[in-house]
Amino acid sequence: MAQPLVKKDDDHDDEDYSPFLGIEKGAVLQEVRVFNDPQLDPRRCSQVITKLLYLLNQGDSFSKNEATEVFFSVTKLFQSKDLGLRRMVYLIIKELSPSSDEVIIVTSSLMKDMNSKTDMYRANAIRVLCRITDGTLLTQIERYLKQAIVDKNPVVASAALVSGIHLLQTNPEIVKRWSNEVQEAVQSRAALVQFHALALLQQIRQNDRLAVSKLVTSLTKGTARSPLAQCLLIRYASQVIRESANTQTGDRPFYDFLESCLRHKAEMVVFEAARAITELTGVTNRELTPAITALQLFLSSSKPVLRFAAVRALNKVAMTHPMAVTNCNIDMESLISDQNRSIATLAITTLLKTGNESSVDRLMKQITNFMSDIADEFKIVVVEAIRSLCLKFPLKYRSLMNFLSNILREEGGFDYKKAIVDSIVILIRDIPEAKESGLLQLCEFIEDCEFTYLSTQILHFLGNEGPKTTDPSKYIRYIYNRVHLENATVRAAAVSTLAKFGAMVDALKPQIFVLLRRCVLDSDDEVRDRTTLYLNTLGGDGEVVETDKETKTLLFGALDIPLVNLETSLKNYEPSEEPFDIDSVSKEVKSQPLAEKKAPGKKPTGLGAPLAGPPSTVDAYERLLSSIPEFLDFGKLFKSSVPVELTEAETEYAVNVVKHIFDRHVVFQYNCTNTIPEQLLENVSVIVDLSEADDFAEVLSKPVRSLPYDTPGQTFVAFEKPEGITAVGKFSNTLRFIVKEVDPTTSEAEEDGVEDEYQLEDLEVVAADYMMKVGVSNFRNAWESMGDDFEHVDEYGLGPRENLAEAVSAVINLLGMQPCEGTEVVATNSRSHTCLLSGVFLGNVRVLVRLQFGIDGSRDVAMKLAVRSEDEAVSDTIHEIVSSG
Amino acid sequence: MELCPCVKNILLLDFEGKRVAAKYFCDDWPTNGAKEAFEKAVFNKTQKTNARSEVEVTMLENNIVVYKFVQDLHFFITGGEEENEIILATVLQGFVDAVGLLLRGNVEKREALEYLDLILLCIDEIVDGGIILETDANIIAGKVASHSTVADGLSEQTFSQALATAREHLARSLLK
Repeated sequence: MAQPLVKKDDDHDDEDYSPFLGIEKGAVLQEVRVFNDPQLDPRRCSQVITKLLYLLNQGDSFSKNEATEVFFSVTKLFQSKDLGLRRMVYLIIKELSPSSDEVIIVTSSLMKDMNSKTDMYRANAIRVLCRITDGTLLTQIERYLKQAIVDKNPVVASAALVSGIHLLQTNPEIVKRWSNEVQEAVQSRAALVQFHALALLQQIRQNDRLAVSKLVTSLTKGTARSPLAQCLLIRYASQVIRESANTQTGDRPFYDFLESCLRHKAEMVVFEAARAITELTGVTNRELTPAITALQLFLSSSKPVLRFAAVRALNKVAMTHPMAVTNCNIDMESLISDQNRSIATLAITTLLKTGNESSVDRLMKQITNFMSDIADEFKIVVVEAIRSLCLKFPLKYRSLMNFLSNILREEGGFDYKKAIVDSIVILIRDIPEAKESGLLQLCEFIEDCEFTYLSTQILHFLGNEGPKTTDPSKYIRYIYNRVHLENATVRAAAVSTLAKFGAMVDALKPQIFVLLRRCVLDSDDEVRDRTTLYLNTLGGDGEVVETDKETKTLLFGALDIPLVNLETSLKNYEPSEEPFDIDSVSKEVKSQPLAEKKAPGKKPTGLGAPLAGPPSTVDAYERLLSSIPEFLDFGKLFKSSVPVELTEAETEYAVNVVKHIFDRHVVFQYNCTNTIPEQLLENVSVIVDLSEADDFAEVLSKPVRSLPYDTPGQTFVAFEKPEGITAVGKFSNTLRFIVKEVDPTTSEAEEDGVEDEYQLEDLEVVAADYMMKVGVSNFRNAWESMGDDFEHVDEYGLGPRENLAEAVSAVINLLGMQPCEGTEVVATNSRSHTCLLSGVFLGNVRVLVRLQFGIDGSRDVAMKLAVRSEDEAVSDTIHEIVSSG
Repeated sequence: MELCPCVKNILLLDFEGKRVAAKYFCDDWPTNGAKEAFEKAVFNKTQKTNARSEVEVTMLENNIVVYKFVQDLHFFITGGEEENEIILATVLQGFVDAVGLLLRGNVEKREALEYLDLILLCIDEIVDGGIILETDANIIAGKVASHSTVADGLSEQTFSQALATAREHLARSLLK
């Protein structure tokens, strides 16, 4: 045996040898001619097909003509009786996926094979024909397929069943007719036939819940099934459980079946069952225990896949039932050193979720060893898990912060470092005690940070947070070092940070001035400019003056002008005597400001987000409204509604409206989108008819000047209303605009436009618009402390209602208040219910409401309404709303 | 909701990550470029791991990838995030063992290319349009070999015999 091995080494020279070396598509296509020989050579033909398949497999593609030519040549090969060649013919036909007019050529040959005596022909012809066929042909071969489903050869039956599963997507009505045959196949003794039949039968009946439930019931009693079929059955059973969860009470159906599968001899079944149990909605600890035990056994398996599967499932359980997983912690800890890093990472993150306060330190020690030898992507997962652990156990911030700062100093890529820095920033934000040490860690980090982005972000953060600490001076050294050692971008950021310290901490001002003056001669103009600016604004002539408000806005305020607008204005500015005036820049946001909110992005965390947390929708609206001078004297915005659609989906113009409520005004913000590419709309406004809204008077309307295709624009209409009164009404809206044709090729609009109108749906202002949903954590305390000075109690009959739940939600919606302590949920069939509501009414008056409902035999609902608020008038208003609503 | 276990792709790559044979059953990777990028990512992620004695597993782009290496060949099977990884591992083991039988124990790139038709037929017998057809290596190899021109005679032997002759075959081919 030794000799051949040596020989093998000699062969290494032509390691790259391949039968397909230097293969060329053109040459192979020439070779296809052999298919037309009168005397077919099966072996040679097979080789040519293999070459064609090789080309396709390597990503080569055939043009339409080439494919057609190959296909026609291949059809000639049906003449050959050679089994092996026929097999290759089937394979290449599937790969070529011929068009429907070409399919006809092979249909008769394939149909002949479908009725052949040879099982292999039958099975493969079915698979090929079903792959390439269309609906019309299917009716012709349906009879044979039904026969094949119950064929005694399992390969043939499986081929027909699997083809049925694929055809169900395109021709459901035909496949559904086969359910008798499929039903018969479910009883097959052949393991895989049963699996395929089960898959098809369930898909045929998937819209019939009862039928699926019956199917599962009948099958869960039997045994002797292939593991795959058993897995499928478990999935069906858990689906039935999921769907029946709302309608049934008491014992869960099929739980016993799932539990019994935990003792199945096939691992895939055990795992499938265990996972199904852990994913049951509202699973109890008693139900969970056997599944966790089964998974625990997998944790110490020699097979990586089992360990991975188990730890992944347990990781999920740990999110909802951390206590149930703690039994596995010892096994899990040994997995930290698992060869497979995915398993180790999952184990660690699970442990971090289940760990209690006392185990944190031990865990951190283990993780520290682990971190050095895993890839960045795993490290990021761990860092995120540690961040949430720290938020869970704030008292442990010291050891967790230590850990983060240690790994921050080690090697790592940008994403990893960013994850750590983000985590530290979040911890600083949420755990006040961690602030000082966290800031110092960040300072240490920027001393030796290779990422400009992170350095500038940290400097910015330091500038905002550092001055507020007890001893701001200790950060100055770190910041000033940057001015010496870093690139221009970081230097500029450092200068800004220094200025912020100077502005906020008067005691440091003289020192800061000294430092800043050293930067005046920096080699970079941005750094020089910033320095000069700050020295001037902070009064750098040596005197320590209190920083004025304007300077603070300059340093700390957010730029409330869209950068795009600023850029355009600066480009248009021509050098002249007149200085550039930033106030002349439009604050109007060109694109819909809320569109980005809807975008499925991660919620802003870390450095990118302002410290006060993400801005609420109201903030965004407030900024938008305050950018319009006409609305400035309306006072403070009380509440903005959610957008209400005024058009159907997919109409020419899409319009929704947001109701902004002020003390004495209401502003409607119409968000309009023009969905016709050939049109440009100008002077777009909404004409509002107030005939059904007597309390309102229109004060102004602000049109959109131009509304090009697919660029949202906003038009506003403002109304005056009596102060303190919950004026309600119905507004009918008409969109009015000038429409101009747009040349699609040049996208230039014509000069002349036509005035046009477009009817929108009506809009209502209701009492709930004057109420903000603001919850209280402890209703009883709030209720007691509010006192009964302005309590107003009354009883109402709500008339016959469907059930109690419906009555409760109707009143909640009418008042627009926040239900507290989960009292909006009514137990089924209960005869009485108490609901607690909280909110803030127009004028910032806190309101608490206690609702007691009762329902009698004839479904008449009675309600006792108790209101407490800080203002008697408001308490009365709530009662008015209910009595009129 | 799709409940039937589903295979997204079957890949056979060489020791440099180059494609020997690949079959995709879903539209997650619509172009050849996307497919090659995925193969590269899978290869790079698994390259340094030891997947020779047992089937290994990892996550990539919200997919589960199970893999095993034999000589200079890397076998992969991908399934969705929610798929039962043990099922995928069973399919992979079936694939690896069937290839072993078909190549008569001589599982290496050169041999795989030499008998590429067998490899392609083998994949065709394991999964049809994402649905698992068969996981038993003996049955898979039997179905492929019974009607192959290249492996004539293999079907008449039992597979233990086949493996026994494999060694002989190896020696012979090297002495040529």
